Amino acid sequence: MREITSEEVTQAVENLCISSNCTLNEDVWKALREKLKNEESLVGKEVLEEILENDRMAEEEKLPLCQDTGFTTIFVEMGQEIKVTGGDFYQAINKGVGNGYRKGYLRKSVVKDPLRRKNTGDNTPAWVHIDIVPGNKLKISVMPKGAGSENMSTVKMLSPTEGVQGVKKFVLDWVKERGANACPPLVVGVGIGGTFEGVAKLAKKALLRPIGSKNPEPFYAEMEEELLKGINNLGLGPQGLGGSSTALAVHIKTYPCHIASLPLAINLQCHAVRHATIIL
Amino acid sequence: MVSSIKIETPLDEETISKLKIGNKVLLNGIVYTARDQAHKRLVDELEKAGKENRQPNLPFPLEGQVIYYVGPAPSRPGMVIGPAGPTTSGRMDTYTPILLEKGLKGTIGKGRRGKDTIEAMKKYKAVYFVAVGGAAVLISKRIKRIGTVAYEDLGPEAIYRLEVEDFPLIVANDVYGNDLFDEGMKKYRKVT
Ligand code: SF4
Repeated sequence: MREITSEEVTQAVENLCISSNCTLNEDVWKALREKLKNEESLVGKEVLEEILENDRMAEEEKLPLCQDTGFTTIFVEMGQEIKVTGGDFYQAINKGVGNGYRKGYLRKSVVKDPLRRKNTGDNTPAWVHIDIVPGNKLKISVMPKGAGSENMSTVKMLSPTEGVQGVKKFVLDWVKERGANACPPLVVGVGIGGTFEGVAKLAKKALLRPIGSKNPEPFYAEMEEELLKGINNLGLGPQGLGGSSTALAVHIKTYPCHIASLPLAINLQCHAVRHATIIL
Repeated sequence: MVSSIKIETPLDEETISKLKIGNKVLLNGIVYTARDQAHKRLVDELEKAGKENRQPNLPFPLEGQVIYYVGPAPSRPGMVIGPAGPTTSGRMDTYTPILLEKGLKGTIGKGRRGKDTIEAMKKYKAVYFVAVGGAAVLISKRIKRIGTVAYEDLGPEAIYRLEVEDFPLIVANDVYGNDLFDEGMKKYRKVT
């Protein structure tokens, strides 16, 4: 058993909250610059220039890229040979979130109760997903997710016979209707299969994949390309004001499912693609 | 580069009648911030005053003014305001038409407006500007001063008075009933 202290976890999460909110990964920079080069609409170009300039300023001044620093979603892959010592693991994570959001001057956007809506004051609790994996490493990914794009996400239980065409049609229609409000250019996370609750997680986890990476399964790699092309042909463009840059990528993640169901989830990610990972 | 039009608040009908969808605007002067809860309070007061047949007691006069839908991040010491990009405008659609009826001339946010709001903009001669969602740092640099106006208990959702300089906006709905979201999509749509 390898031991990791809860303080190490807290510190790691604190750092990740700040770095994920204040910097863009290289793949996102690259994709946005590429879009600026190819955008057809003048307004669209203007929007992309503003986004790139904003992101540059944010990184330079270590400020959050967007004021909506999100609900903090955390993916943990815990090696089964790891033992966390010195306190409750979830508490350690939430302490890191609270510290990060305070020290990083990040916006506290979480209410304690969905209907009585009193702010918790430190952006906790995070939503933590834990997967147990072989080995003795602890991998933590922090993904702050703004409400603008999260609100434009959905789960749909299709019927199995709707198949590939049904999935494609639903995704295209959905992005056409809701995409403009989610701050495009988007990354479109698509979960297919699994169960009702599982498919949403697939769609979100798909967003962690680097932009420009290929789906390991050729069947889905092709589907991603077709969907991306279809979405960019919709004409929504940057911020939905018209243009050819509606999405940077489509990422599909799948899981086996029941003979009688075809769960589908779409998690839209705005151009402020924020996530940071550490392996302890 | 799209050329830009400089305008100043308060807005009069002549100025905004010249604005067309797709125009880039640099706004100068005062804008008031308000989000969901503040809108609810403003409209509750307007409705109450209407029922009681009295003048409404509003924290700022609506005539010719502009509302910015924003909930900034905390400001670091030495900064005027933290990152302050727009929030989704659609959530305010239930409240916007009545504010436009009472003289509000402009709103700033991100994303599409509802049908009723677009109709009200045409009827009462008002415009909707899009600020680039997620350009929060860039936008915050154009805010030169901030003061609290009302509803301080709402924290970041209170009404603030912002003095802005060359605030970068795009006209998304004009007084003629045009909608850049629809027109833009039509123009760049490719049928496959
Ligand atoms: S959708 Fe993303 S970029 Fe747009 S306001 Fe929300 S967090 Fe910011």
